[in-house]
Amino acid sequence: MSTGFVESPAQAAAQMPPRRSQIAPVAQAVEIMDHIPGGGFILTTVESALNWGRASSIWPLTFGLACCAIEMMAAYASRFDLDRMGVIPRATPRQADLIIVAGRATIKIAPIVRRLWEQMAEPRYVISMGSCATCGGPFYYDNYSILKGIDQVVPVDVYVPGCPPRPEALIEGILKLQEKIKREPILRQQAAALLAR
Amino acid sequence: MALRTEELMLNMGPQHPSTHGVLRLIVTLDGENITDVQPDIGYLHSSVEKMMEHRTYVQNVALVDRGLDYLIALNNEEAYCLAVETLAGIQPPDRARYIRVVFSELNRIASHLVWLGTWAIDLGATTVFLWCFREREMILDLFEQVTGGRLHHVYFRIGGVYADMPPGWTERCTQFLDYFLPKVDEYDALLTQNPIFLARTKGVGKISRADAIALGASGPVARASGVAYDVRKAAPYEVYDRMAFDVPVLTDGDCYARYLIRLQEMRESVRILRQALRGLPEGEVRTRVPMTMKAPRGEAYVHTESPRGSLGVHIVSDGEETPYRVKIRAPSFSNLYALTEMMKGWKIADVIAILGSIDIVLSDVDR
Repeated sequence: MSTGFVESPAQAAAQMPPRRSQIAPVAQAVEIMDHIPGGGFILTTVESALNWGRASSIWPLTFGLACCAIEMMAAYASRFDLDRMGVIPRATPRQADLIIVAGRATIKIAPIVRRLWEQMAEPRYVISMGSCATCGGPFYYDNYSILKGIDQVVPVDVYVPGCPPRPEALIEGILKLQEKIKREPILRQQAAALLAR
Repeated sequence: MALRTEELMLNMGPQHPSTHGVLRLIVTLDGENITDVQPDIGYLHSSVEKMMEHRTYVQNVALVDRGLDYLIALNNEEAYCLAVETLAGIQPPDRARYIRVVFSELNRIASHLVWLGTWAIDLGATTVFLWCFREREMILDLFEQVTGGRLHHVYFRIGGVYADMPPGWTERCTQFLDYFLPKVDEYDALLTQNPIFLARTKGVGKISRADAIALGASGPVARASGVAYDVRKAAPYEVYDRMAFDVPVLTDGDCYARYLIRLQEMRESVRILRQALRGLPEGEVRTRVPMTMKAPRGEAYVHTESPRGSLGVHIVSDGEETPYRVKIRAPSFSNLYALTEMMKGWKIADVIAILGSIDIVLSDVDR
């Protein structure tokens, strides 16, 4: 039976050379813009406009593991209403920007979390919700089946502590992620990544 | 020329919005018809039973909250505390037993609300989800005022409950009940006569009385098939023998009957709650139990009626501070057996309706 692991993105990139049309012309335009006088300022303005849009429409994957998923559902529901922040759950990783790892992850589910993360389109983000997803929580000692922290399989952007965190805490985590997204030099990062290939 | 056909194996889950957690169903299909369904479990196995062997009896209360069914933390605590009390021969005060009934019935309503909301959203009715969670938040507020927690409380202790309720809480609880009972009729109005809902649930996923018993189903799943068995009536624990309430039983055995049973159970819970709040005696809420409590050598089995069925806790003690072995009879796990029988012969589109109707929580299945 398959373990669920697919090859890492770095391996996949090494095997498949990028087509020229994928790199040019936006990446090169960004590169040129960054070097002409005043171009950096325009680039930053464009980036901040793009980032505002990205930060205001974070679409998470509907993926719940354990208790924290119930609090995540409560955060989507009537009282807390995450739709206010532009957070609308999507049922497939292909449409999602964010995966909220809500609850304890076992060693059996870990490869599946990794695969879901790999199926998401970049840029992608991970929120580790609750103590179990962060470090194993109450299942840290004397336990043979729980993964001691989801950051062993996927890179985590925001950790939300709690057992389980209140919906307010998850909202705070999403606001922190929005701050992080708004600071990202997204165009320059993408251009550099493309041109480096 | 005859066309060659073969059965199709379809994997549903472990990541699927409607599996209520991380369950993988291996569905074998003949065209659109289901010929076989095999659940693959263990994606949330937390080795709780093993962990409990390394923690003291008092510490384990915090573990049964999270390790078993996380929607009904208080019912889990109740079953575990009752088992330890039976083993060690501790008698909690009367007031504590009433308080436990109040809280486990509130938790039953909260659990049924989550089930109704998520099942309705699986069937395409989003409004019900939002309405159910609106009322559930009020129950969680009531919990929070007493226990400080929304989901995991660690409120029941061996020998009683942690602390008494704050002043005015019983009045607020009664106010909530007055508000809540008409709301059940609202859910009723949304779904019970809804033609789409009827088409998707009525007659779907039938299981006979004999099959339900043979496969070990309990709780609303068994009662919808005509098994008139409720642990609260059959083997009363706490103070359920002093409460007047009915156990709803239907004989259809389909998804619709299971829905009606749970709806009626919410109304019955309100009835129990009113009696328990009215009859709340004065006095202590906790028998003193040392933190390093040692249970005498022996074993005890206690079963209670959790919202999902018969929840049993079997503790074996060798006279130490920690249990020698704890075995949990999880209702969701037993109800999952009946799933294969329910799904055979139905269409692929009915998988979601049938799976949702047995109300599984994967944490309870895998433990």
